[in-house]
Amino acid sequence: MAETRKDDFLQRSKHLQKMTDEELDRYFWELAERIVDPLIELSKTHTSPSIERSVLLRMGFNSLEAKAIVEKVFDLGLLGKGAGHVVYKVASELKKPILDTGKELASGKHWEIVERLFKGVKE
Amino acid sequence: MTLKPNEKLRVEEILKDLEHYRPRRRGWSWRKALPKATKVGHFEYDQISEPLKNSVPLPAAHYFGNIDPQPDPVITSEIASGRFEDDIRRMRMAAWHGADHIMVIRTLGQSHMDGLIEGTPEGIGGIPITRKQLRATRKALDIIEDEVGRPINFHSYVSGVAGPEIAVLFAEEGVNGAHQDPQYNVLYRGINPIRSFVDAAVAKRIMAWANILQIDGAHNANASAKMAWKVMPELLVQHAINCAFSVKAGMKKENIALSTVPPVVSPAPEFKMNFIYALTVRELFKDYKFRAQMNTRYIESDLFDATRIHVLDTLISRLTKADLQSTITPDEGRNVPWHINSIRGVETAKHTLLALDGIKDLLKVNEEVVRPKIRELKMRAILFMEEMLEIGGYFEATERGFFVDNGYYPERMGDGIARPKDGGIGAGSVVARDPDYFAPVCEHFGYNNLPENLEKPCDLIGGCTFHNPEKIQFIDELDERDNVYLRMEKVIEEREEGLLAPEVEWWQDGWVQLDITIPDDEPHAEAAAIAIAKKLGLLEPTVISKTTLHPSEGTYVELKAKIPFKVKRDELILPEKPKTLPEEEISEFVSKHPMKVVAGTAGNDEHSVGIREILDIKHGGIEKFGIKYTYLGTSIPPEKFIDAAIETGADAILVSTIITHNDVHVENMKKIHELAIEKGIRDRIILIAGGTQINNDLAVSCGMDAGFGRGTKGIHVASFLVKKKREMLK
Repeated sequence: MAETRKDDFLQRSKHLQKMTDEELDRYFWELAERIVDPLIELSKTHTSPSIERSVLLRMGFNSLEAKAIVEKVFDLGLLGKGAGHVVYKVASELKKPILDTGKELASGKHWEIVERLFKGVKE
Repeated sequence: MTLKPNEKLRVEEILKDLEHYRPRRRGWSWRKALPKATKVGHFEYDQISEPLKNSVPLPAAHYFGNIDPQPDPVITSEIASGRFEDDIRRMRMAAWHGADHIMVIRTLGQSHMDGLIEGTPEGIGGIPITRKQLRATRKALDIIEDEVGRPINFHSYVSGVAGPEIAVLFAEEGVNGAHQDPQYNVLYRGINPIRSFVDAAVAKRIMAWANILQIDGAHNANASAKMAWKVMPELLVQHAINCAFSVKAGMKKENIALSTVPPVVSPAPEFKMNFIYALTVRELFKDYKFRAQMNTRYIESDLFDATRIHVLDTLISRLTKADLQSTITPDEGRNVPWHINSIRGVETAKHTLLALDGIKDLLKVNEEVVRPKIRELKMRAILFMEEMLEIGGYFEATERGFFVDNGYYPERMGDGIARPKDGGIGAGSVVARDPDYFAPVCEHFGYNNLPENLEKPCDLIGGCTFHNPEKIQFIDELDERDNVYLRMEKVIEEREEGLLAPEVEWWQDGWVQLDITIPDDEPHAEAAAIAIAKKLGLLEPTVISKTTLHPSEGTYVELKAKIPFKVKRDELILPEKPKTLPEEEISEFVSKHPMKVVAGTAGNDEHSVGIREILDIKHGGIEKFGIKYTYLGTSIPPEKFIDAAIETGADAILVSTIITHNDVHVENMKKIHELAIEKGIRDRIILIAGGTQINNDLAVSCGMDAGFGRGTKGIHVASFLVKKKREMLK
């Protein structure tokens, strides 16, 4: 798959040879930005289990609770909603504190409410 | 909690009330540079920083009034033995030697753990990074930094498949620096490329909030490539990708450090490559910080070779620029680093940085020679990126093995590390954020569909842990059989019983090292060394390094083994420290009873530094107290000492003897004593010997009145002279 090639630097760099040092530096950074722009766009619009666990940690859950909640959210195909969002919405529905709700979710409770709220599944 | 230099750091105290401990600050601390031409002792320095309150200076410092100037770059020590409670003690040692950046390596496999670890299990080749371990270490470093008088940066890794969570943990627990580079995950940890980058953006944004200094991972290409000097164009590209990505994720350039290593070592003509590379990378990345790492790629098990490499690597740092000077322990090629080698690494950096203070003002780079080479390197990197974009971007390039190829780009050997976009650990775990996605927390990177009119996102939930740290939950231990309390039981017991045993890494682990030269070829020397160790009763003898002195004449073997016993501290007999008289008392006695001595080095011995220090007033020698001396010079035969003493009517003879070859020092002392008897002056003359291998017992057994070893000062000798003279006057 990976290809081999002899050093064709002289040929390949012809268009760069006339550039000043400043122009080379500027072009170097321009290319770097062009490489990372799509990566940044991808990151802005996507999430992962670790990202969602990091949200739950910041909400005050411990690592065991965060892991249990995110696993379930992922399995239900709801990671794209945000795990923090899921906990928040269930807590609002139950009119209970966020932390208590999350702990209960981590121990397996209330997932039917999650399915109803996010997937329209009737309880 | 405060530390006293003469007391051990008690880890059990650190562990007390840990659940309520909060770090005292967030973010990175640089050293405070002092102005050019700052005077320390006799010298002016151009590149030093504020001094320490408590420290151990370099070995030669006592010739210069025990000065311990601190170079301006932060100095790193990597410490991670698998047990954080033992590492904490080593951190204290390293801080005293001048390290202010403690880098903790993670245990084997943590980067593949999808989630956090809790408690304090033992690690392999590193530490399981957990909240408890971080908090205990940060708490210990807080008291250590008070003891040495300089902030200490605590550092670990935000990589693997739990990057965003680790970043939160670090931000909450006051970790000051971290490695973060998604390319590292992709190339060396086999983690899915998409997962790596998506996670990295979130992690970086959190690190940015906590002002954590980021170190990238590009130098690993150098450590992985067979021909490390050929990956220089790619290194520039990897640095650029992580820098540009980090800035776009919200990091300040001043919090981004490039991890850069001189790519090659001697016997290659290294400076032709290393220096050009160092100049190029510093020119392209002039807005960023530089973490100069020492080369590990070519380290063998030879400590001296490693040290030579590291001195020259640090020379590159001073000839160009380093904001942080990292150190590699010289024993990394043979074992998990030992205490002494962590300290040696730090000393190598401090020594070299001080030695080269102001070097850039003395030398000028030859632009004519370097410029075309710098330009070529930049162009090769540019061509690399042009081709990446041509074929579709980062993921496509990685898929096609662009990175860690041993060709000097655009040359390609086709042996690069290829990683498919949809493969690797965590593949398929990244999902698109829905239009109604939201996360009610602060510092969250990317799309977040929060309700409008919020002052900050966490107002929705009454505050996140970044704004309400009391919300952080602390888990103590999850494993009843693998935790610090169990490990500490043995430590506390042994400490209280006053048992002492050797230690290289863990509390009194029993390891010692033997240096053995066997006059035979390598296989026989190795087997002989092991047989000798067994015969000595040592356990688990293992050869850790071999050097051929000659294929048949001899082999130098370094061997480690365990000692099967401990000794009792209380039962040790310590040599008595010479008691000195008050200075005024000596001077007063000498003014009433004037004293004269003759002095010199004995036999064929030209080492006169020590005796001059004992004599001369400017070194606090005996002259200071009014004692007159006649310096006979070096290589004085015994007869001449006696003749000179009779001639000048001396009260004492001071014999300095450094050389011990064939016990010549013993012979000389005996001879002088015998000659003094022969000439009939022994009962009225005081005979004193001194030297690095002399001690009082040895000297007295050779007929001297006293002997003085390493570290002796004029006042010790003067005190003895006065006491002895008093006795003789009675």
